[in-house]
Amino acid sequence: MPLIKDGSFVTDPWIRLADEDALPEIGPIIVSLTRWVAARDALLARGWPLGICLASGESVEAITGDLDRFEVVALEFPTFMDGRSYSAARLLRERHGFSGELRAVGNVLRDQFLFLHRCGFDAFEVREGETVSGWLQAVAALTVWYQPTGDARVTVPQLRQLAPIAAE
Amino acid sequence: MYRYDEFDAALVTQRVAQFRDQVDRRMKGTLSEDEFRPLRLMNGLYLQLHAYMLRVAIPYGTLSSVQMRMLAHIARRYDHGYGHFTTRQNIQYNWPKLVEVPDLLDELATVEMHAIQTSGNCIRNVTSDPYAGAVADEVEDPRIWGEIIRQWSTFHPEFSFLPRKFKIAVTGSAEDRAAIRVHDIGLRIHRNEAGEVGFEVMVGGGQGRTPMIAKTIRAFLPKAHLLSYLEAILRVYNLMGRRDNKYKARIKILVHEMGAEAFADQVEAEWAEIKDGPVDLPASEVARIENYFAPPALDTASNGSADYALKLKSDAAFAAWVGSNVLGHVQPGYAIANISLKPVGGVPGDATAEQMDVVADLAARYSHDEIRVTYEQNLVLPHVRREDLYAVWQALGEAKLDTANIGLLGDMIVCPGLDYCSLANARSIPVSQQISERFSDPERQRKIGKLDIKISGCINACGHHHVGHIGILGVDKRGKEHYQITLGGKANQDAAVGAIVGPAFAETDIADAVETVVDTYLDLRADGEEFIETLGRVGIAPFKETLYATH
Ligand code: SF4
Repeated sequence: MPLIKDGSFVTDPWIRLADEDALPEIGPIIVSLTRWVAARDALLARGWPLGICLASGESVEAITGDLDRFEVVALEFPTFMDGRSYSAARLLRERHGFSGELRAVGNVLRDQFLFLHRCGFDAFEVREGETVSGWLQAVAALTVWYQPTGDARVTVPQLRQLAPIAAE
Repeated sequence: MYRYDEFDAALVTQRVAQFRDQVDRRMKGTLSEDEFRPLRLMNGLYLQLHAYMLRVAIPYGTLSSVQMRMLAHIARRYDHGYGHFTTRQNIQYNWPKLVEVPDLLDELATVEMHAIQTSGNCIRNVTSDPYAGAVADEVEDPRIWGEIIRQWSTFHPEFSFLPRKFKIAVTGSAEDRAAIRVHDIGLRIHRNEAGEVGFEVMVGGGQGRTPMIAKTIRAFLPKAHLLSYLEAILRVYNLMGRRDNKYKARIKILVHEMGAEAFADQVEAEWAEIKDGPVDLPASEVARIENYFAPPALDTASNGSADYALKLKSDAAFAAWVGSNVLGHVQPGYAIANISLKPVGGVPGDATAEQMDVVADLAARYSHDEIRVTYEQNLVLPHVRREDLYAVWQALGEAKLDTANIGLLGDMIVCPGLDYCSLANARSIPVSQQISERFSDPERQRKIGKLDIKISGCINACGHHHVGHIGILGVDKRGKEHYQITLGGKANQDAAVGAIVGPAFAETDIADAVETVVDTYLDLRADGEEFIETLGRVGIAPFKETLYATH
């Protein structure tokens, strides 16, 4: 799957390891929560960077004690209608201070990139054929936001505080 | 009324541009209908039985005359000359062409209107008391918080793909005119013992196939914390609500399955984490929005005129209209004038472009430029001087808008049903027409008194049949349209779900059945009793007897 990170295509250095795959000798890997729970020590002993992928509905609380061990947290969207990972992302970023890569994987629509971005995702596995310009257009489609999230966007209430006269 | 500032305006404009691009991609074929469907649904555009239907948001049911004129223009230019006011205080157009929808939305944007979040599994347009700012029993104007919720929920990035749609209603009075207890969240502004103003927070009400009355999860929430508390509720729901079955996905099922107390505990725990965070508005911003809802400059010297009193005596039709459609205003000398969209034999909630223009003109001239839409699918002029009522009534009469039946039998809530809706089992509009023709004598309706009949074409209950005094539900019986009757539902502060009275009736028998129910009540009622009171006293058994004895 092509990967867009911070607004451009990047080669994905990470291997997504299925639960039945053998541990590779070398290289950074992303594992499931199940695997992490079952083989924590072996995974840490490898000495290579580690990422984890949470299925939609798996609670972020399951990994918050170990967040500094993961360089990537991938959150899954089994269908684009399943919005649980939006909340999971905000909790990871805003409550638990996760500053590594937050990756959206699975079924997401172009027109959702913007909401995902606002919730703290910075990496997106996209469909074949998706373009950087499509991505950039999608995340810039709206620039006015009423509600604060952990992203850097300035909200309307903040702008109104800055320019009370403009609101007349 | 709230007015957009540069930010509100910019957002709506950007949204139209975004949607125009999506429609373009669909027309060019780069988006399939499957991919386009969720996108159009995020903008109130449904594909119905015969055509697209566009739902336009009317936040908390408040309109200016300029906005109403635009709705009339859109009915003429993009539809077949009429629009349909809905039970969510919105308006629907049944015949727009897909390619023209972006232009339609551009025009709406010029009067600070849009179709944002009128469909989809997101926080829908917030509804409120249609008499807000005009009634004496109000603690505070609920529209202030309606507007604050509108802004906070608009394109909320975390809550745009909830398990299911999500409806919030706010009221500022003890008397509930917004049916808040059948909403996902109902908010009632009240004063606590210390004299502070805050919200009673109710969660998990709803209709559909599993009707439920909302549970209070917090008796008093200080006003300043509303948004963080809502954010906590929505987050718990987004993470824990069921997604395995569309019919079990509303928050009412989560609250029911967890128990209201356990649910409240989850919300309180989540809220404790975010209550002092950035989501609640600074007091200055609340005050800025509050200013827009300052009461209009009413004429405090006005106390009705001798002429008005005379007209009431000499013109029986006018007196009848005042009797049923006009209510007292917080300012003596003023009145709240309801405009019924339920003429005998008409389509409940429909208004023609010409009628919308008449209402707009009357609002500009006589009602401080304000119009309200009620969830009962009527319109309201909220601030009319009593001495102007006669002129208002005459003008309404010329536009066939003077039906004197607010709260009476003819004032039915009716969903679009099989005439328009692809989910319907049965038609609802023709049934309401049969009933209204059967009871077309206004004198007879006045004798019957207050009576809510509510009709849905399927179990989704858009016509609120569960909470009708008499509820009528269209069902499919071996390919034939049949109608089930429920009795005793209530949508107000004593909200209750009606009880099914027995086997369903054929379309040809339903008006007779309603008449039997009404006659049974008239036989049994004690002096001064309303239908719902008699029913409460005698129970449903006598109605069962008469209904099924005659069949
Ligand atoms: S109640 Fe059923 S038939 Fe009526 S509008 Fe809703 S979905 Fe359609």
